[in-house]
Amino acid sequence: MVRFESVGLAYRHTGRHGAGRDGTPSTQILHDLNFEIAAGGFRWLTGASGAGKTSLLKLMYLAEHPSRGRISLFQTDISRVDRRTSSLLRRRIGVVYQDFRLLPHLSAYDNVALPLRLARKTEIRVRADVTELLRWVGLSGRLDSRPDELSGGEQQRVAIARAVVARPALLLADEPTGNLDDDQAQRLMLLITALNRLNTTVVVATHNTALIARHPAPVLELSAGRLIRHG
Amino acid sequence: MARRFATRPIDSLGLESAMADRLLPFLVAAMSFLAALAFAGSLAASNFATHWQDSARSTLTIEVPDPTQPAGTPPAANPPATAPALSRQAAVLAALQRQSGVDHVKQLGPADLQSLLAPWLGHDAADLPISLPAVMTATAPRPIDLTALQTTLTGLAPGAMVDSGATWAARLGDLTGSLQASAAAILIVVALVAGAVVAVAVRAGLAQRRDSIEIIHGLGALDADIANRFASRALRLAFLGGAAGALLALPLLLWLAHLSAPFAAAVPLAAPPASGKLQELGQIRDSLPAILWGAPALLAGMAALIGWIAAQITVRGWLRRLI
Repeated sequence: MVRFESVGLAYRHTGRHGAGRDGTPSTQILHDLNFEIAAGGFRWLTGASGAGKTSLLKLMYLAEHPSRGRISLFQTDISRVDRRTSSLLRRRIGVVYQDFRLLPHLSAYDNVALPLRLARKTEIRVRADVTELLRWVGLSGRLDSRPDELSGGEQQRVAIARAVVARPALLLADEPTGNLDDDQAQRLMLLITALNRLNTTVVVATHNTALIARHPAPVLELSAGRLIRHG
Repeated sequence: MARRFATRPIDSLGLESAMADRLLPFLVAAMSFLAALAFAGSLAASNFATHWQDSARSTLTIEVPDPTQPAGTPPAANPPATAPALSRQAAVLAALQRQSGVDHVKQLGPADLQSLLAPWLGHDAADLPISLPAVMTATAPRPIDLTALQTTLTGLAPGAMVDSGATWAARLGDLTGSLQASAAAILIVVALVAGAVVAVAVRAGLAQRRDSIEIIHGLGALDADIANRFASRALRLAFLGGAAGALLALPLLLWLAHLSAPFAAAVPLAAPPASGKLQELGQIRDSLPAILWGAPALLAGMAALIGWIAAQITVRGWLRRLI
């Protein structure tokens, strides 16, 4: 499902000062990552702030290209796919962003409906799935609310609903419980584990050790961009 | 609530509303207005030129110096020895009337000649101590052998000149070509400017929705999903602007057609007495070529096409920066 082989990620200094002098990468974010997650697997992704968790997730949801190494998703080498195939691969990935990334001009309903509409599902199916999921995350009364009318926790629940509504093959979550109270966090983990039992591969980045303790699973731990623990 | 979600919203990605819906139609309408004028100018130049060229090409003007002197003997003629000598103008007139392929032979009278020469010799040309030539006009609907005609007439009246108008027709052809090329250039420039206007509006919309587009792209939207949203919006706005501009141009075109009526055979010089509203409407309808009445639809369609293409190119180019 997910395979990283000697993957490195570096950001070159660009912009007004141009690319890195002599063409070398300016900042190495991730170093020589090697791991594999089988279909239906679950991994916690941990590490201190700045360890590279978000960058690793970005590589997984195709928001970044690796500077070196090879990444395979769904048995596809992502370095060899065209733009269209990349987009189609992204549709199989659900992402809960740390900053929610909701569309401010759309209602909660329309935000959650986006992945289904992009997949050209019928509006009947969209309505059924979106209303059910928003009810499940406790937002059945806020369908028409725009993100700026929702609290941080409510926005996070909308973001979670959007990530899972299309029943993705791979679910990536970056600190998904950061703005939730314990009860909501527990409900979220129930949802995620339910999806995982339905063979969705899950990677959850978190600092929350209590959460990890309550839901034991293999851990990918990063430190300064290197994988120091896998298992 | 159920009805609210019964059908897919037109702007389900919330991207189409990113494009301003006021300025773009206004600017496209201005472009369409100019295009309608250029298009009409091109058509008018073509129509006038066809009419004038046909007229100039078929008109013969014959000038006979010393018209009252006795005519000479044409090379092929065999006049009776006792026949009285004809004047040169009478002989040329008779020769023209006999000439195959030449019609409507007419000698200009003193008044016509006077008005013809007035710009150069003043209104007292007849009183001047100079011998005025006789001037005749004729039409040759089909091409004739002008060299042979010239030879015949010179034999009858030394110094007689035949002007066929072909030179003027050729010059008119050149002028028409230049006018049509200018109109085509204007249309191309207008189309390019309209495309640029749409591109600027689309880029403004992209800038306004930049974060949203990145999110939608990240959710798996194809380039076409995003580009089509902007393009369909640009198509509708450009269509409206194009139609409005062309409709606004119609009254001006009708007025110009009225002004140019004396120069075009297709338009009556004097309006026949109106005998009803239908006849008045018919006159208005006939005062413009049919294709110009279709200009609003034609230009709206062209504007829509330009809008759609410009938006597609702009959005797809912009999306290339995303991974």
